[in-house]
Amino acid sequence: MNPFSQIRFLLRITRTHGIVRRYFVVNGFDGALTMLGLIMGFLLSTPASLTVIINACLGAAIALGVSGVSSAYVSELAERRRALSELEDAMVTDLKDGAHAVAARWVPMFIALVNGSAPLIICLLIITPLWLSNAGLVFFISPLYVAVIIAVILIFLLGVFLGRISDISWLRSGIQTLIIAFVTILLIYLFAGA
Amino acid sequence: MVYVKRLVLDILKPHQPNALEFSSNLAEVGDDYHVSLTVIEMDENTETVQVEIEGSNINFEEIQSAITNMSGSLHSIDVVEVESKSDTEES
Repeated sequence: MNPFSQIRFLLRITRTHGIVRRYFVVNGFDGALTMLGLIMGFLLSTPASLTVIINACLGAAIALGVSGVSSAYVSELAERRRALSELEDAMVTDLKDGAHAVAARWVPMFIALVNGSAPLIICLLIITPLWLSNAGLVFFISPLYVAVIIAVILIFLLGVFLGRISDISWLRSGIQTLIIAFVTILLIYLFAGA
Repeated sequence: MVYVKRLVLDILKPHQPNALEFSSNLAEVGDDYHVSLTVIEMDENTETVQVEIEGSNINFEEIQSAITNMSGSLHSIDVVEVESKSDTEES
């Protein structure tokens, strides 16, 4: 069995597909909104150098990634161990050589990886224009606005993804998450802008 | 030499992997295995299944290992059919 089939098999027997998807969306959303908030904050503040903005955003991205990995690993490990123990009680046998024991070891790691990488990758995508601008690429508008546009697009795409997995209109779901992004921008304008 | 032709096993297994996946994985153990699975009893976390395996030369150790790998527990061997063939007969 190749590694991808093995991961799919372990996720299937532990019925954790849904958890992985949920973590991906929830933490991806966290990452996108955090970056949106940070960049909006910089847009409304006294102009700072791109290096300062990049470092602040990168710091937040790494912190979100580490937080995602560690929190998901600790909670999922406890969950999987409890599920394995319940199954062992029901089977009245030690399942240490079985697929469920393998799943109890590997599924938390996989979920933690997804939970940590989702916000990290999304944050890195959002701050890419800042890096490119810092490297000398010229944008027609401020790279901060480009980053905001990318953040809004990614938030919309997360909504589309949610719509597809829940079998509702992708457009409706995308617009719902888009509204959340615009409400966030509005709140930042109201509080930070004042 | 003695060849195992048919086995009927009583197995306690978790709900996952499901019956289809469980029997497919058992069939994959040999080249010509024919597996049929019947769910006998089901409770909240487990199910008791009766698995019938037919083949020209069933490897019981490998079947047992596949069952353990899928977190199953072999409770009993209910039916066995074996056949003895001399080496000359084989060739």
